[in-house]
Amino acid sequence: MSPVRELCEVLERRRVGEYQALTLAAPRVAEGARPGQFVHLLAGEDRSFPLRRPFSIWRVERPGAGPGAVEVVFDVVGAGTRALARLRPHDVVDALGPLGRPFDPPEAPAGCLLIGGGYGAAPLFFLAAELRARGCRVDLVTGAATAARLLDPTEAGRLGSSLTVTTDDGSAGRRGLVTDPLPELLAGTGAERVYACGPMPMLAAVSRVAAVAGVACQVAVEEQMACGTGICFSCVLPVGPGGGSGGLEPSPPENRETRMARSCLEGPVFDGAAIAWAELGYPELEELVR
Amino acid sequence: MTVDLSVDLCGVRLRTPVLAASGCFGFGREMAGWVDLAALGGIVTKSVSLEPRRGRPTPRMAETPSGMLNAIGLQNPGVEAFCAGDLKFLAGAGATVVASLVGRTPGEFGRLAERLDGEPGVALVEVNLSCPNVEHRGEVFATDPAAAAEVVQAVKRATSTPVLAKLTADVTDLVAVARAVVDAGADGLTLINTLLGMAVDTGRRRPRLAAVTGGLSGPAIRPVAVRCVWQVAQALPGVPIVGTGGVVTGEDAAEFLLVGATAVAVGTGSFINPRAVVEVADGLERYLADQGAGSPAELPALFKAER
Repeated sequence: MSPVRELCEVLERRRVGEYQALTLAAPRVAEGARPGQFVHLLAGEDRSFPLRRPFSIWRVERPGAGPGAVEVVFDVVGAGTRALARLRPHDVVDALGPLGRPFDPPEAPAGCLLIGGGYGAAPLFFLAAELRARGCRVDLVTGAATAARLLDPTEAGRLGSSLTVTTDDGSAGRRGLVTDPLPELLAGTGAERVYACGPMPMLAAVSRVAAVAGVACQVAVEEQMACGTGICFSCVLPVGPGGGSGGLEPSPPENRETRMARSCLEGPVFDGAAIAWAELGYPELEELVR
Repeated sequence: MTVDLSVDLCGVRLRTPVLAASGCFGFGREMAGWVDLAALGGIVTKSVSLEPRRGRPTPRMAETPSGMLNAIGLQNPGVEAFCAGDLKFLAGAGATVVASLVGRTPGEFGRLAERLDGEPGVALVEVNLSCPNVEHRGEVFATDPAAAAEVVQAVKRATSTPVLAKLTADVTDLVAVARAVVDAGADGLTLINTLLGMAVDTGRRRPRLAAVTGGLSGPAIRPVAVRCVWQVAQALPGVPIVGTGGVVTGEDAAEFLLVGATAVAVGTGSFINPRAVVEVADGLERYLADQGAGSPAELPALFKAER
């Protein structure tokens, strides 16, 4: 569906571990939203002209029993998220959405491995529910710096057949990076698809592991963004000529040129093999795919 | 009373005096789901160059008080892809297109104007003499009256379409530059481009933009833009001016029209509200009715220059 602008009533704002969660009454956004898509939010009437802030959709309640709602989760890092963290029930949020390209589910039921870092795991909660409804086996890996920065681990444990947790400091799950257990999980679960969301170094590493294993991989990037609608060209990242193919086929040598793609329109979900990681400072994947 | 929003800009009839500003509406096609493109006063496209440009590395954007800095670096697919894709789409959608041109030399500007001359849908061309996000300050032609005039001459020789020259306020004597480009044949002026700025990430002790400097836009620059339109309109009466810089509401647009602009262009406002161009026109219509004006062209006469 095409995105809409909706003035949304705040239904709830709550703490989730170290993060803030915001539930908005958004019937039109909730109706068509797909996992991986985002909403672009502006809190209240503010004469100082703040820009919107983009958030992956964490949970959706389709219109039906209730009016239809979306929930996002965020970390308070600056003025924009501070304003959102001050919202109370019945306040109004100006939302654009659902925006961007969603994750592509497999056409037939398949094993899927979902990998999320910090609150970046949010869209994977939404995705896991959709994949299971399609008959897919879902295994989840979430990682964070420390236990308090894992996104809702109780709920995460209910999302799939297994949950593997990593923390940098060992305060929960295995000590180490979220990517460390991937090779054995790919081998152990026989997953045919990898889906990931989190910071760029993590997505680069996940894409590399998936490429080595020969498993198709989609990643949702988090680029700094102004408009969210494709007109400002702020949120670009380099993609290879094979962008959107989903395949791991190397590009023909005569056509190795990359181009700058807008992550709000062509993303935020990209095929891991389509991103020109070398230009972003992660050379290994390009070497492997070549 | 009924208000007729249409205006004449350099001999072109616009449905409203509110355009979408260059670089702030993509190539127009992106916005087809948000607004009726044919109902807008006009769409000034993102600047097109002869060859495709990749633009600057990221981060390309930084939020600042009441505005933002950008250093996009003129990313565009080149004039041939523009003509075959976005321009064809805009013409088919019935949009009034102002094609924005950018080049590194007067000759490049001339070739671009020649290529677009007679392309269906192009109502005007805007010569981008003032993008701050270029490799060399020498490409900011609008900082030098003679260089700016040379570009405008090259464009005028190559096209029969009316020509707007887009200038920068980052000069000591804007009126001198404006006079030079009008003498060189510019049919009208667009005032102003973004102002060259810089912001620092103090925690990480480095510039917030990859390109270090960028163009400041948004309501933060509106008083500068209004002053520029006022100064130039006083010095060069009768020269059509498109005022741009921080227009977010109908009242903002009215500020520019009162001091002598023929039309306005909404820039950064569209990043926050994809329907801003339409809503500014609606707000302006209400303002005109409130003021007892039947058309935008009546506003300058209603302006009282003495406080």
